Amino acid sequence: MTYRIEVLDKPGLFDAVGEGIARDIADLGIEGVSGVRYTRIYLIEGAISRADAELICRELLADPVSQDYLLYDAASFTSAAPVNGVNIEVSYNPGVMDPVEESVKKGIRDLGIAGVSSVKTAGKYGIEGRISSEQADSIAEKLLYNKLIQHVVRPGARSSHPPTEYNFKLSRIDLLGASDAELRGISSRGQLFLNLEEMRSIKAYFSALGRNPTDCELETVAQTWSEHCAHKTFRGRIQYSESLPRAYSGRVGKRMIKNLLKSTIMKVTRELRKPWCVSVFEDNSGIIKFEGKNNICFKVETHNHPSALEPFGGANTGIGGVIRDCLGTGLGARPVFNTDIFCFGPPDYPFDKLPSGTLHPKRVMKGVVSGVRDYGNKMGIPTVNGAVLFDEGFICNPLVYCGTAGMIPQDKCFKKVKKGDLIVVAGGRTGRDGIHGATFSSGELTEESETISSGAVQIGNPIEEKKLADTLMQARDRNLYRSVTDCGAGGLSSAVGEMGSELGARVDLDKVPLKYSGLSYSEIWISESQERMVLAADRKKAPELIALFASENVEAAVIGEFTGSGRLELYYRGQLTADLDMKFMHDGRPDIEKKAVFKLPAHKETGNTCPGDQGPALKKMLSAYDVCSKEWIIRQYDHEVQGGSAGKPLAGKACDGPADAAVVRPLMSSRKAAVVSNGINFRFGRIDPYWMAASCIDEALRQVVACGGSVERTALLDNFCWGNPDKPDRLGGLVRASYGCYYAAKSYGVPFISGKDSLYNEYMCDGKSRAIPGTLLISAISVLDDVSKTVSMYAKAAGNFIYVVGLTRDEMGGSLYYSQLGLTGSSVPKIYPARSMKIFAALSRLAAAGAIRSMHDCSEGGLGVAAAEMAFAGGLGMEISLEDVPYKSSDKKRRRNDFILFSESNSRFVVEVSQSKRAVFEKGLKGLPAALIGRLEEHGQFIARGIGGKVCLRENIAELKETWQKPLRW
Amino acid sequence: MRKPRVCILRTAGTNCDAETAFAFELAGARAEMAHVNTLVEGKRTLDFYHILALPGGFSYGDDIAAGKVLANELRCKLRESVERFIAAGKLVIGICNGFQILVKSGLLPGNAQWKQEASLVINDSGKFEARWVHLRAGGGGMPESVCVWTKGIEKIIYLPVAHGEGKFMAVGAASLRSILDKRQVAVTYCNEDGSTAVYPANPNGSQADIAGICDETGRIFGLMPHPERHVQATQHPRPGTAGKTNEPDGISIFKNGVRYAQRML
Repeated sequence: MTYRIEVLDKPGLFDAVGEGIARDIADLGIEGVSGVRYTRIYLIEGAISRADAELICRELLADPVSQDYLLYDAASFTSAAPVNGVNIEVSYNPGVMDPVEESVKKGIRDLGIAGVSSVKTAGKYGIEGRISSEQADSIAEKLLYNKLIQHVVRPGARSSHPPTEYNFKLSRIDLLGASDAELRGISSRGQLFLNLEEMRSIKAYFSALGRNPTDCELETVAQTWSEHCAHKTFRGRIQYSESLPRAYSGRVGKRMIKNLLKSTIMKVTRELRKPWCVSVFEDNSGIIKFEGKNNICFKVETHNHPSALEPFGGANTGIGGVIRDCLGTGLGARPVFNTDIFCFGPPDYPFDKLPSGTLHPKRVMKGVVSGVRDYGNKMGIPTVNGAVLFDEGFICNPLVYCGTAGMIPQDKCFKKVKKGDLIVVAGGRTGRDGIHGATFSSGELTEESETISSGAVQIGNPIEEKKLADTLMQARDRNLYRSVTDCGAGGLSSAVGEMGSELGARVDLDKVPLKYSGLSYSEIWISESQERMVLAADRKKAPELIALFASENVEAAVIGEFTGSGRLELYYRGQLTADLDMKFMHDGRPDIEKKAVFKLPAHKETGNTCPGDQGPALKKMLSAYDVCSKEWIIRQYDHEVQGGSAGKPLAGKACDGPADAAVVRPLMSSRKAAVVSNGINFRFGRIDPYWMAASCIDEALRQVVACGGSVERTALLDNFCWGNPDKPDRLGGLVRASYGCYYAAKSYGVPFISGKDSLYNEYMCDGKSRAIPGTLLISAISVLDDVSKTVSMYAKAAGNFIYVVGLTRDEMGGSLYYSQLGLTGSSVPKIYPARSMKIFAALSRLAAAGAIRSMHDCSEGGLGVAAAEMAFAGGLGMEISLEDVPYKSSDKKRRRNDFILFSESNSRFVVEVSQSKRAVFEKGLKGLPAALIGRLEEHGQFIARGIGGKVCLRENIAELKETWQKPLRW
Repeated sequence: MRKPRVCILRTAGTNCDAETAFAFELAGARAEMAHVNTLVEGKRTLDFYHILALPGGFSYGDDIAAGKVLANELRCKLRESVERFIAAGKLVIGICNGFQILVKSGLLPGNAQWKQEASLVINDSGKFEARWVHLRAGGGGMPESVCVWTKGIEKIIYLPVAHGEGKFMAVGAASLRSILDKRQVAVTYCNEDGSTAVYPANPNGSQADIAGICDETGRIFGLMPHPERHVQATQHPRPGTAGKTNEPDGISIFKNGVRYAQRML
């Protein structure tokens, strides 16, 4: 029988969950809700007595101090609505993994009670107050559930779903007899996202064999050839042309590009030949030397499409995926920190203006943050760095970047599969979740995406992955396997396909452990169920490997072997279901040629008139969503776990100021530290993606420098999030951004070690296709020799001097200041590498020499915002003179206070120096644009004197801080 | 000098094991990781160790409630060996998730063996929060507790917390009274100047600002803050401000435990 157990807080206790939901309901603009009461529901099925059920409630499910429970026979249960209000009960859809089930079963076993067959959980929300059923539906839909993974339980509905048996039937797809039109149809109906040319070459391959492909074979090719896995755009031919003024700096010129990646990003690395680059662009992440026998790897991934549809699950599996990239690098790296960067629509965007089929930005943001919090915290990996940007361009396609770095021993950085090695799959079981993720993320979203692609959405189980990671590291150190990779997009198809690309592989699909019966052989092969890794183990070592996994309750199974036949052969209960030539899969894809055009947008430098009082503008920028405090997010991440955190994300007297880069000490035994930072600014891209890319690299590097790091030991990652590359204008911008990366990285002497692209970030809605603003994330990782030399951003002591280092120009194009005025402008910030290199090097030397008390880089909001942040984070006043700032105005006659304060020129820093270090500091910067502009004061005022010496800004730091903290204080 | 042996208990979801082991080694002990399965299956025995440490993390995902499933396992599967360990006068420390496990298994406050008399529930803020907090282990008018782990710590100490379910509550007023009367309150949240804490200084809304308690013997100790995350100067959010000479606040707790355990050698 099935017992229904309801667990709820004792009366009179503070129901934090209910309180939170009540607040969210108010946010929806629904009034009349007096309170929300949350009830956890367990449905326990099996042959157990009522006495045992009581025992389970008392000893396991209900907290005797804070909770009560109600035990029912589910069959005869009928839900009684509260006297005043409604009950909304939310439960998982069949097939969606319920992470709690296994733990409850274990707990019941430990109690010595056998016979439980299944455990399901649900949540009941008692909404008290006068609300209409329409309002109730809207609350459920907007706040309480996502129809892709959950449903509202209607009274009387039985929630247990008997598993269906699967009867094998080999299905073939008729390509040989298919016309071009039909080929297109097959591709779109099957969500293969293959174009006609590609369908034709698949047809040709099978015509030669004189047979039609099985569904499984076609799926395998589609997955291998997907943009997501093959990066057709970056590796394909591009016909590029641009129309720019002759004198314009940063011309790429009309050209035929054979391989965009190799001719820009990878070219930098090849030309720089850094001796400390260990493994670049060949593995799941890039590896550089750290210290002695230990290297460090770093990878940043995107998980945009899933996060748009199911924010919690999308971000959850996004972080889970990039952690597996790290575990699947070389023979496995131990994750030491995470980083997360998001782009959302404005959180206060009006509901009625939302395009149909999209979730509200605030819902997306809350879901994404919880998803990262849940997975990162439960993995015990500190989330130490990030950024959040907002723009209406991200309403339909939010961007979710997740990064992970890991420590890996020198002798474990490379892998090689040998003929005869067994294929072992370890970790979570395979279910129907995540079908078609790889292909689905290679197309545009539409209003229907959430229905047709719902299979691509899933939620993760971090503890499954934690067990897997813990045991994998032990197996690595005992040399129990020869190769490992993660099961990500494309599932086993992608993982086994890559590992066996040279040797060939045979897999018995019926040997793959399943979550539930009913999966077809194809589903098993392409499922993207989370928390799985694929290993290649020597026949003799496989038993020990599997036993080791089992010792910590990790399931592992031998599913086949690497044959040496050069073919991919898939069997199901002895029947051949796929037989493909590896060469065709990996080299058979037809070269596609794309067109790319760039035309400089005609933004005018209209400008504004300079206000007398700069206070209002400064406050407006401090309260802008991009700049304001992200404390609400950061505190939900455990950024201290593993004990390595040195440069914290929240810095200052009250631990609440905005740090630049994060500094982490991954090995307790070593003084060395890793510095991680990011550069991202889509606004510059609206003018010219070339200079956007250069500025992103400059930003990432100056943050490293601001924390005491040095550019010479810094490596970069690129992550492009772009619109549909089949549209020449979108691709034109992407080409310029790539060449901007080459120019900046090459001149700064920093190599790229890995990267990723997420294209097709467009949303088709009522006939119109909306693309995101082309966005490039540059992530930097650097090695700092002595962790105790870390520099923080907050003001330290009254009386200390304030310097500005770096030249300020009238580069207001794409600045936050302009965007606040509704302007874009054309004077986008450029980089001047020769001088910037000198500035970076000098500041790194001075930081290492202990001549710097605090340092903050100038980014969005420029010098004004940077200086104000330093002051209020340190709880000190500051007086500065804008006249003394090294400044090159476009027009000698009109030097402007607002431009000096808010220009976003690159390579600039605000630096605090104690009086005793003044001489050393100034000597260290001789011949460079740097000037003493003011002092820190006891009084809590932030004061700036403008051109001519008249005060143009006087604000109280407490008030500035409040202005900065308020907007996202949820 | 011989080193006391520390058992760092691991299971699915444990994640502060490495830094906890490091802290004990720094304090002069020898720390070993032991997966709970190896104890349940009898491949290892607790008798070999002098200190049992339950580190932070999310044991079994904190499904059902934080620490509940492992607490249940200790109570059902390791009862005798834990009782023998405690009866032998040995030491137990539970940090964060470890504290939740000790409380939910009934080992703390421990006045009625294996019966849960207190709990650690969802923070009043309704969310997981990581922040540095000030704590009193004694001094400043606070009655000195019987806890051997916090013995002699008179000054205000500074440690990070990182949890979503850290609000301490006793089963009733009487139970809270007896915890206070028996001087089992080992650490409390306070403001920087030592005055009574309000949120966020008390980060979760705990009764009587309780951050950690011990059993009547003072040998079993659990706390929500993470002493193992402040055993080196560079871990402090504002390095240097604590003063060059002072040792990091977290290490003294481990040294107390190790010093006490050395007497058993």
